[in-house]
Amino acid sequence: MEQKEALFNYLIRLADNSAILGHKLSQWCGHGPELEEDIAIINTALDLLGHSRSLYTYAGKVEGKGRTEDDLAFLREERKYTNALICELPNGHYGDTIARQFLFDQFNYLVFSELVKSSDETLAAISAKAIKEIRYHLRRSIEWTLRLGDGTEESHNKIQESFNDIWSYTGDLFVQNELDKVAIAAGIGPDLEAIRTEWRKSVEAVLSEATLQTPDDDWMHSGSKSGMHTEHMGHILSELQYMQRAYPGAEW
Amino acid sequence: MERKEWPLWEVFVRSKAGLSHKHAGSLHAPDEEMAISNARDVYTRRAEGVSIWVVESKHIHSTLETDSDSMFDPNEDKIYRHPTFYDIPDEVGHM
Repeated sequence: MEQKEALFNYLIRLADNSAILGHKLSQWCGHGPELEEDIAIINTALDLLGHSRSLYTYAGKVEGKGRTEDDLAFLREERKYTNALICELPNGHYGDTIARQFLFDQFNYLVFSELVKSSDETLAAISAKAIKEIRYHLRRSIEWTLRLGDGTEESHNKIQESFNDIWSYTGDLFVQNELDKVAIAAGIGPDLEAIRTEWRKSVEAVLSEATLQTPDDDWMHSGSKSGMHTEHMGHILSELQYMQRAYPGAEW
Repeated sequence: MERKEWPLWEVFVRSKAGLSHKHAGSLHAPDEEMAISNARDVYTRRAEGVSIWVVESKHIHSTLETDSDSMFDPNEDKIYRHPTFYDIPDEVGHM
Protein backbone atom coordinates (compact mmCIF):
# COMPACT_ATOMS: atom_id res chain seq x y z
CA MET A 1 0.00 0.00 0.00
CA GLU A 2 1.34 3.35 -1.02
CA GLN A 3 1.80 5.80 1.83
CA LYS A 4 -0.53 8.43 0.39
CA GLU A 5 -3.28 5.86 0.03
CA ALA A 6 -2.61 4.64 3.55
CA LEU A 7 -2.86 8.15 4.96
CA PHE A 8 -6.12 8.72 3.08
CA ASN A 9 -7.63 5.49 4.37
CA TYR A 10 -6.42 6.21 7.87
CA LEU A 11 -7.98 9.68 7.86
CA ILE A 12 -11.23 8.26 6.52
CA ARG A 13 -11.38 5.71 9.31
CA LEU A 14 -10.97 8.42 11.94
CA ALA A 15 -13.40 10.76 10.19
CA ASP A 16 -16.03 8.02 9.83
CA ASN A 17 -15.90 7.30 13.57
CA SER A 18 -16.59 10.93 14.39
CA ALA A 19 -19.17 11.45 11.65
CA ILE A 20 -21.29 8.38 12.42
CA LEU A 21 -21.19 8.69 16.21
CA GLY A 22 -21.76 12.44 15.94
CA HIS A 23 -24.78 11.75 13.75
CA LYS A 24 -26.17 9.20 16.22
CA LEU A 25 -25.75 11.67 19.10
CA SER A 26 -27.39 14.44 17.07
CA GLN A 27 -30.55 12.33 17.06
CA TRP A 28 -30.93 13.13 20.77
CA CYS A 29 -31.54 16.77 19.83
CA GLY A 30 -34.82 17.77 21.43
CA HIS A 31 -35.15 14.36 23.11
CA GLY A 32 -32.54 14.58 25.89
CA PRO A 33 -33.72 13.48 29.35
CA GLU A 34 -33.21 17.01 30.71
CA LEU A 35 -32.80 20.35 28.98
CA GLU A 36 -29.21 20.69 30.22
CA GLU A 37 -28.35 17.16 29.15
CA ASP A 38 -29.88 17.74 25.75
CA ILE A 39 -27.57 20.74 25.26
CA ALA A 40 -24.55 18.86 26.57
CA ILE A 41 -24.97 15.77 24.40
CA ILE A 42 -25.55 17.92 21.32
CA ASN A 43 -22.38 19.86 22.09
CA THR A 44 -20.57 16.53 21.96
CA ALA A 45 -22.31 15.69 18.68
CA LEU A 46 -21.20 19.01 17.21
CA ASP A 47 -17.64 18.52 18.42
CA LEU A 48 -17.50 15.12 16.74
CA LEU A 49 -18.97 16.45 13.51
CA GLY A 50 -16.35 19.21 13.66
CA HIS A 51 -13.57 16.63 13.94
CA SER A 52 -14.97 14.67 11.02
CA ARG A 53 -15.12 17.82 8.88
CA SER A 54 -11.44 18.61 9.44
CA LEU A 55 -10.47 15.01 8.78
CA TYR A 56 -12.61 14.59 5.65
CA THR A 57 -11.38 17.88 4.23
CA TYR A 58 -7.77 16.89 4.78
CA ALA A 59 -8.42 13.39 3.40
CA GLY A 60 -9.83 14.95 0.24
CA LYS A 61 -6.70 17.03 -0.11
CA VAL A 62 -4.42 14.04 0.42
CA GLU A 63 -6.33 12.02 -2.17
CA GLY A 64 -5.98 14.85 -4.68
CA LYS A 65 -9.04 13.98 -6.75
CA GLY A 66 -11.01 17.07 -5.82
CA ARG A 67 -13.40 15.34 -3.42
CA THR A 68 -14.77 17.66 -0.73
CA GLU A 69 -15.76 16.88 2.86
CA ASP A 70 -19.38 16.59 1.68
CA ASP A 71 -18.48 14.14 -1.10
CA LEU A 72 -16.70 11.95 1.42
CA ALA A 73 -19.35 12.19 4.11
CA PHE A 74 -22.43 11.83 1.93
CA LEU A 75 -21.58 10.11 -1.33
CA ARG A 76 -19.78 6.92 -0.43
CA GLU A 77 -21.29 3.43 -0.28
CA GLU A 78 -21.70 1.57 3.00
CA ARG A 79 -18.77 -0.75 2.32
CA LYS A 80 -16.45 2.24 1.98
CA TYR A 81 -17.14 3.36 5.55
CA THR A 82 -14.67 2.04 8.09
CA ASN A 83 -16.04 3.51 11.32
CA ALA A 84 -15.99 1.21 14.33
CA LEU A 85 -19.18 -0.82 14.78
CA ILE A 86 -19.77 0.66 18.23
CA CYS A 87 -20.35 4.10 16.63
CA GLU A 88 -23.36 2.89 14.65
CA LEU A 89 -25.22 1.14 17.48
CA PRO A 90 -28.72 2.46 18.29
CA ASN A 91 -29.03 5.20 20.92
CA GLY A 92 -31.36 3.05 23.03
CA HIS A 93 -32.18 4.60 26.42
CA TYR A 94 -29.89 7.23 27.88
CA GLY A 95 -27.85 4.61 29.77
CA ASP A 96 -27.17 2.79 26.48
CA THR A 97 -25.97 6.04 24.95
CA ILE A 98 -23.76 6.82 27.95
CA ALA A 99 -22.24 3.31 27.99
CA ARG A 100 -21.52 3.48 24.24
CA GLN A 101 -20.10 6.97 24.69
CA PHE A 102 -17.83 6.11 27.60
CA LEU A 103 -16.37 3.03 25.87
CA PHE A 104 -15.77 5.03 22.70
CA ASP A 105 -14.54 8.23 24.42
CA GLN A 106 -11.94 6.26 26.35
CA PHE A 107 -10.73 4.72 23.08
CA ASN A 108 -10.87 7.99 21.18
CA TYR A 109 -9.00 9.82 23.93
CA LEU A 110 -6.15 7.29 23.96
CA VAL A 111 -5.90 7.26 20.15
CA PHE A 112 -5.90 11.04 19.78
CA SER A 113 -3.39 11.40 22.64
CA GLU A 114 -1.03 9.47 20.34
CA LEU A 115 -2.15 11.20 17.14
CA VAL A 116 -0.99 14.59 18.45
CA LYS A 117 2.49 13.08 17.98
CA SER A 118 1.76 11.80 14.45
CA SER A 119 4.54 12.05 11.87
CA ASP A 120 1.98 13.70 9.64
CA GLU A 121 1.98 17.32 10.74
CA THR A 122 -1.53 18.17 9.60
CA LEU A 123 -3.03 15.16 11.34
CA ALA A 124 -1.04 16.09 14.46
CA ALA A 125 -2.42 19.64 14.30
CA ILE A 126 -6.03 18.49 13.79
CA SER A 127 -5.59 16.10 16.72
CA ALA A 128 -4.12 18.76 18.99
CA LYS A 129 -7.26 20.79 18.45
CA ALA A 130 -9.60 17.82 18.86
CA ILE A 131 -8.01 16.32 21.98
CA LYS A 132 -9.16 19.23 24.16
CA GLU A 133 -12.77 18.47 23.31
CA ILE A 134 -12.32 14.70 23.51
CA ARG A 135 -10.88 15.06 27.01
CA TYR A 136 -14.07 16.82 28.02
CA HIS A 137 -16.27 14.17 26.37
CA LEU A 138 -14.47 11.52 28.37
CA ARG A 139 -14.86 13.51 31.58
CA ARG A 140 -18.60 13.78 31.03
CA SER A 141 -19.15 10.17 30.09
CA ILE A 142 -17.13 9.03 33.12
CA GLU A 143 -19.19 11.30 35.38
CA TRP A 144 -22.40 9.79 34.03
CA THR A 145 -21.12 6.22 34.23
CA LEU A 146 -20.25 6.77 37.91
CA ARG A 147 -23.60 8.34 38.70
CA LEU A 148 -25.73 5.78 36.89
CA GLY A 149 -23.64 2.81 38.08
CA ASP A 150 -23.46 3.99 41.67
CA GLY A 151 -26.89 5.62 41.66
CA THR A 152 -30.18 3.87 42.33
CA GLU A 153 -30.72 0.15 42.03
CA GLU A 154 -32.64 0.73 38.82
CA SER A 155 -29.98 2.93 37.21
CA HIS A 156 -27.27 0.46 38.29
CA ASN A 157 -29.07 -2.51 36.74
CA LYS A 158 -29.93 -0.66 33.58
CA ILE A 159 -26.45 0.60 32.80
CA GLN A 160 -24.88 -2.71 33.75
CA GLU A 161 -27.12 -4.28 31.13
CA SER A 162 -26.08 -1.58 28.64
CA PHE A 163 -22.40 -2.39 29.15
CA ASN A 164 -23.13 -6.14 28.87
CA ASP A 165 -25.03 -5.58 25.61
CA ILE A 166 -22.45 -3.34 24.00
CA TRP A 167 -19.34 -5.17 25.16
CA SER A 168 -19.17 -7.56 22.21
CA TYR A 169 -18.69 -4.56 19.91
CA THR A 170 -15.57 -3.30 21.72
CA GLY A 171 -13.18 -5.88 20.25
CA ASP A 172 -13.75 -4.37 16.82
CA LEU A 173 -12.13 -1.10 17.98
CA PHE A 174 -8.76 -2.82 18.25
CA VAL A 175 -8.71 -5.08 15.19
CA GLN A 176 -5.69 -4.22 13.05
CA ASN A 177 -5.12 -4.86 9.38
CA GLU A 178 -2.58 -4.03 6.67
CA LEU A 179 -3.41 -0.32 7.02
CA ASP A 180 -2.37 -0.30 10.67
CA LYS A 181 0.96 -1.93 9.83
CA VAL A 182 1.73 0.81 7.33
CA ALA A 183 0.46 3.56 9.66
CA ILE A 184 2.51 2.31 12.60
CA ALA A 185 5.65 1.90 10.48
CA ALA A 186 5.27 5.41 9.06
CA GLY A 187 4.54 6.89 12.49
CA ILE A 188 1.12 8.12 11.35
CA GLY A 189 -0.84 6.44 14.11
CA PRO A 190 -0.50 4.22 17.18
CA ASP A 191 -0.42 0.45 17.63
CA LEU A 192 -3.96 -0.44 18.69
CA GLU A 193 -2.66 -3.40 20.69
CA ALA A 194 -0.95 -0.96 23.06
CA ILE A 195 -4.08 1.21 23.12
CA ARG A 196 -6.14 -1.85 24.02
CA THR A 197 -4.10 -2.52 27.17
CA GLU A 198 -4.46 1.08 28.34
CA TRP A 199 -8.15 1.15 27.42
CA ARG A 200 -8.89 -2.02 29.33
CA LYS A 201 -7.13 -0.67 32.43
CA SER A 202 -8.95 2.68 32.36
CA VAL A 203 -12.37 1.17 31.62
CA GLU A 204 -12.01 -1.38 34.43
CA ALA A 205 -11.02 1.35 36.88
CA VAL A 206 -14.06 3.49 36.06
CA LEU A 207 -16.51 0.58 36.02
CA SER A 208 -15.22 -0.68 39.33
CA GLU A 209 -15.56 2.78 40.90
CA ALA A 210 -19.08 2.85 39.48
CA THR A 211 -19.72 -0.50 41.28
CA LEU A 212 -20.19 -2.16 37.88
CA GLN A 213 -18.83 -5.44 36.55
CA THR A 214 -16.51 -5.29 33.56
CA PRO A 215 -18.04 -7.84 31.17
CA ASP A 216 -15.92 -10.83 30.13
CA ASP A 217 -14.16 -10.72 26.80
CA ASP A 218 -16.17 -13.36 25.03
CA TRP A 219 -16.97 -13.62 21.32
CA MET A 220 -16.56 -10.25 19.61
CA HIS A 221 -18.12 -8.68 16.52
CA SER A 222 -15.64 -7.36 13.96
CA GLY A 223 -15.47 -6.30 10.33
CA SER A 224 -15.59 -2.50 10.36
CA LYS A 225 -12.01 -2.14 9.14
CA SER A 226 -12.95 -3.89 5.91
CA GLY A 227 -16.27 -2.06 5.61
CA MET A 228 -18.49 -4.81 7.03
CA HIS A 229 -21.15 -3.21 9.20
CA THR A 230 -24.09 -4.02 11.44
CA GLU A 231 -27.63 -3.94 10.10
CA HIS A 232 -27.97 -0.43 11.56
CA MET A 233 -25.50 1.17 9.17
CA GLY A 234 -27.70 1.06 6.06
CA HIS A 235 -30.48 2.87 7.89
CA ILE A 236 -28.07 5.52 9.17
CA LEU A 237 -26.69 6.20 5.71
CA SER A 238 -30.08 6.30 4.04
CA GLU A 239 -31.08 9.11 6.40
CA LEU A 240 -27.71 10.81 6.43
CA GLN A 241 -27.27 10.79 2.67
CA TYR A 242 -30.83 11.43 1.60
CA MET A 243 -30.46 15.18 1.00
CA GLN A 244 -27.23 14.98 -0.98
CA ARG A 245 -28.55 12.13 -3.11
CA ALA A 246 -31.96 13.71 -3.73
CA TYR A 247 -30.53 17.18 -4.35
CA PRO A 248 -26.93 16.71 -5.50
CA GLY A 249 -24.71 19.64 -4.54
CA ALA A 250 -27.34 21.17 -2.26
CA GLU A 251 -25.90 23.76 0.09
CA TRP A 252 -27.17 25.82 3.00
CA MET B 1 -44.37 7.46 37.35
CA GLU B 2 -42.93 9.71 40.01
CA ARG B 3 -40.57 12.20 38.53
CA LYS B 4 -37.86 13.61 40.75
CA GLU B 5 -36.61 17.01 39.69
CA TRP B 6 -32.92 17.78 39.87
CA PRO B 7 -32.13 20.69 42.19
CA LEU B 8 -31.72 24.17 40.77
CA TRP B 9 -28.29 25.82 40.67
CA GLU B 10 -27.25 29.42 40.12
CA VAL B 11 -24.32 29.90 37.77
CA PHE B 12 -21.72 32.65 38.04
CA VAL B 13 -19.18 33.17 35.26
CA ARG B 14 -15.96 35.17 35.36
CA SER B 15 -15.61 36.56 31.87
CA LYS B 16 -11.90 37.24 32.14
CA ALA B 17 -9.15 37.30 34.73
CA GLY B 18 -9.48 40.29 37.03
CA LEU B 19 -13.23 40.72 36.69
CA SER B 20 -15.65 39.38 39.24
CA HIS B 21 -17.97 36.45 38.67
CA LYS B 22 -21.31 37.60 37.35
CA HIS B 23 -24.61 35.81 37.58
CA ALA B 24 -25.17 34.12 34.22
CA GLY B 25 -28.39 32.23 34.90
CA SER B 26 -29.60 29.03 36.45
CA LEU B 27 -29.90 25.38 35.52
CA HIS B 28 -30.78 21.93 36.85
CA ALA B 29 -28.19 19.32 37.76
CA PRO B 30 -28.01 16.29 40.07
CA ASP B 31 -24.92 17.49 41.98
CA GLU B 32 -22.20 20.15 42.03
CA GLU B 33 -19.84 18.49 39.55
CA MET B 34 -22.55 17.96 36.99
CA ALA B 35 -23.75 21.51 37.65
CA ILE B 36 -20.31 22.79 36.64
CA SER B 37 -20.30 20.54 33.56
CA ASN B 38 -23.76 21.71 32.57
CA ALA B 39 -22.82 25.34 33.20
CA ARG B 40 -19.86 24.90 30.87
CA ASP B 41 -22.13 23.48 28.19
CA VAL B 42 -24.94 25.98 28.65
CA TYR B 43 -23.12 29.23 29.40
CA THR B 44 -19.48 29.14 28.23
CA ARG B 45 -19.41 27.44 24.85
CA ARG B 46 -18.74 30.69 23.03
CA ALA B 47 -15.69 31.67 25.05
CA GLU B 48 -17.77 33.67 27.55
CA GLY B 49 -15.72 32.76 30.57
CA VAL B 50 -12.56 31.58 32.28
CA SER B 51 -14.03 30.44 35.57
CA ILE B 52 -17.38 29.12 36.79
CA TRP B 53 -19.00 29.14 40.22
CA VAL B 54 -22.16 27.22 40.96
CA VAL B 55 -24.25 27.35 44.11
CA GLU B 56 -27.43 25.51 44.84
CA SER B 57 -30.23 28.04 44.59
CA LYS B 58 -31.69 27.07 47.97
CA HIS B 59 -28.53 28.39 49.66
CA ILE B 60 -29.08 31.89 48.34
CA HIS B 61 -30.83 34.26 50.73
CA SER B 62 -32.48 37.25 49.22
CA THR B 63 -34.36 40.39 50.12
CA LEU B 64 -38.12 40.41 50.02
CA GLU B 65 -40.02 42.49 47.54
CA THR B 66 -42.25 43.75 50.36
CA ASP B 67 -39.17 45.26 52.03
CA SER B 68 -38.10 47.28 49.04
CA ASP B 69 -39.19 50.61 50.55
CA SER B 70 -37.01 50.33 53.59
CA MET B 71 -34.18 48.52 51.80
CA PHE B 72 -33.76 50.35 48.54
CA ASP B 73 -35.35 53.74 48.66
CA PRO B 74 -33.10 55.99 50.77
CA ASN B 75 -33.81 59.68 51.03
CA GLU B 76 -31.62 61.51 48.56
CA ASP B 77 -30.74 64.37 50.89
CA LYS B 78 -27.22 63.22 51.70
CA ILE B 79 -25.21 64.11 48.65
CA TYR B 80 -21.94 63.19 50.37
CA ARG B 81 -22.96 59.53 49.97
CA HIS B 82 -22.30 59.83 46.27
CA PRO B 83 -18.62 59.92 45.29
CA THR B 84 -19.01 62.74 42.83
CA PHE B 85 -16.60 65.26 44.34
CA TYR B 86 -13.35 63.78 43.03
CA ASP B 87 -12.05 62.20 39.80
CA ILE B 88 -11.15 58.52 39.63
CA PRO B 89 -7.77 58.02 37.93
CA ASP B 90 -7.95 55.89 34.77
CA GLU B 91 -5.39 53.45 36.18
CA VAL B 92 -7.89 52.28 38.80
CA GLY B 93 -9.76 50.49 36.06
CA HIS B 94 -13.00 48.75 37.04
CA MET B 95 -14.76 50.20 40.08
